[in-house]
Amino acid sequence: MKYAFFPGCSLESTAWDFEKSTLSVCAALGLELHEIPDWICCGSTPAHAGNASLAVALPVFSLLKAQDMGMPVMAACASCYSRLRTANYKIIHDPEERLRAERITGRPYDGSVPVRHLLDVLANDLGTKQIRKHILNPLRGLKAACYYGCLLSRPPEIAAFDNPEHPTCMEELLEAAGAEPIDWPYKTECCGASLSITDADVVCRLGHKLLDMARRAGAECIAVACPLCQSNLDLRQADIKKSFGEVPEIPILYITQLLGLALGRSRDEVALAALAVNAMPCLAKYEILNAAVRGA
Amino acid sequence: MTETLEWKDIAFLREVERRSGTPVSACFQCHKCSTGCPIGAEMEFLSSQIMRLIHLGEEEKVLKSHSIWLCASCEACTTRCPMGIDIAGVMDILRIMAVERKLTDPRTRGETFHRSFLSSVRRHGRVFELGMLTAYKLRCADFLTDLDKAPKLWAKGKLSLLPKRSADVAEVKEIFRKAEEEEKNR
Repeated sequence: MKYAFFPGCSLESTAWDFEKSTLSVCAALGLELHEIPDWICCGSTPAHAGNASLAVALPVFSLLKAQDMGMPVMAACASCYSRLRTANYKIIHDPEERLRAERITGRPYDGSVPVRHLLDVLANDLGTKQIRKHILNPLRGLKAACYYGCLLSRPPEIAAFDNPEHPTCMEELLEAAGAEPIDWPYKTECCGASLSITDADVVCRLGHKLLDMARRAGAECIAVACPLCQSNLDLRQADIKKSFGEVPEIPILYITQLLGLALGRSRDEVALAALAVNAMPCLAKYEILNAAVRGA
Repeated sequence: MTETLEWKDIAFLREVERRSGTPVSACFQCHKCSTGCPIGAEMEFLSSQIMRLIHLGEEEKVLKSHSIWLCASCEACTTRCPMGIDIAGVMDILRIMAVERKLTDPRTRGETFHRSFLSSVRRHGRVFELGMLTAYKLRCADFLTDLDKAPKLWAKGKLSLLPKRSADVAEVKEIFRKAEEEEKNR
């Protein structure tokens, strides 16, 4: 299976570990990713809350390149995924938006390039049955809280691959990898997203709520699939402690890092050292790392 | 103290509905959006109250409020509204209108962040985080917040000193120019 890969800005910088582990997992599972040449930023929140025309035109510019490649697009970042899908949705449902985007980019576009999220590709194109066949190093007994955040399941017109209020694909993927995903109530609560830049105290309050609940529900780690969720819970964990008192540290891993280990990739191949909260103790307990290193 | 508001004018409601493409007038104040809003605790006006203020034509109250800038665009309200109102989309339009009318709340850093982010995209085709954050901090005259994060990010290889450009920067500049033109005709 071939996909036009849209990494997005975060995956080239603060979430390079997400990119590395995504590429590693896809390679292990035989998914062929071709990076869209000279893709540009999706515009993210600053575009959709600042210039509505730009919020459609920026994604369309990259989607036109993918159209030339003749492959469906796969994004890993939840925000890029949402913005690319929203641009398609607006173009299909609003003829004026379409004309506007065509005037700006100078090319006709009908909104038909399929945009998929990494989780959608893994859970639905490949499927857990297929993934199970490749598991060399099951994460036996690892209790993980799957955290989807907002844009992987909402709004349902845009993110259409799982239930908007109770998504389960991450749990299914981690179960296939041998882990024991826990049940917890906050998996689609918001982390505060880019308020991290402007109103960090709000992000700390939300982060504390999430970390506390994950711990109380018995999680040893949290699995995420969004660069902003990851950095708001991982990098800000020290600030959260400062504001709300001691809570036991909990590592925040990209789901691709966990899957990668289960697929027999080494800790370097999934960039475990890039996490602010050390994940080694939690994983070493299950001898996953040793087995992964042996397998590498 | 509670304040009694009277209906002012329909022009504001009409403009918000036209530009957001969503039926704000359909809101019947069930408050489901506000109940599920993660930022409700910090907001002076909850999302359902914003909808009501729009009905009443309270343009200044709405556009000057800090609440519209605290919305994290998590889409819980849009997903759950029983009347199908794209409430998060309305928040976007309100932010755009507040900037157009120069009414943004002085406590708001959102506009400054958005401006810094987009000028980075305009220049490089992608976000250059270090440059974007430096520009943002200069504009806010705040260098201390999160300064402790820089060495951590650096140690983890998460802070690039140089931008990673798209080769199509000239075309990106043209997209920005045309998008700004299009916005004037909305």
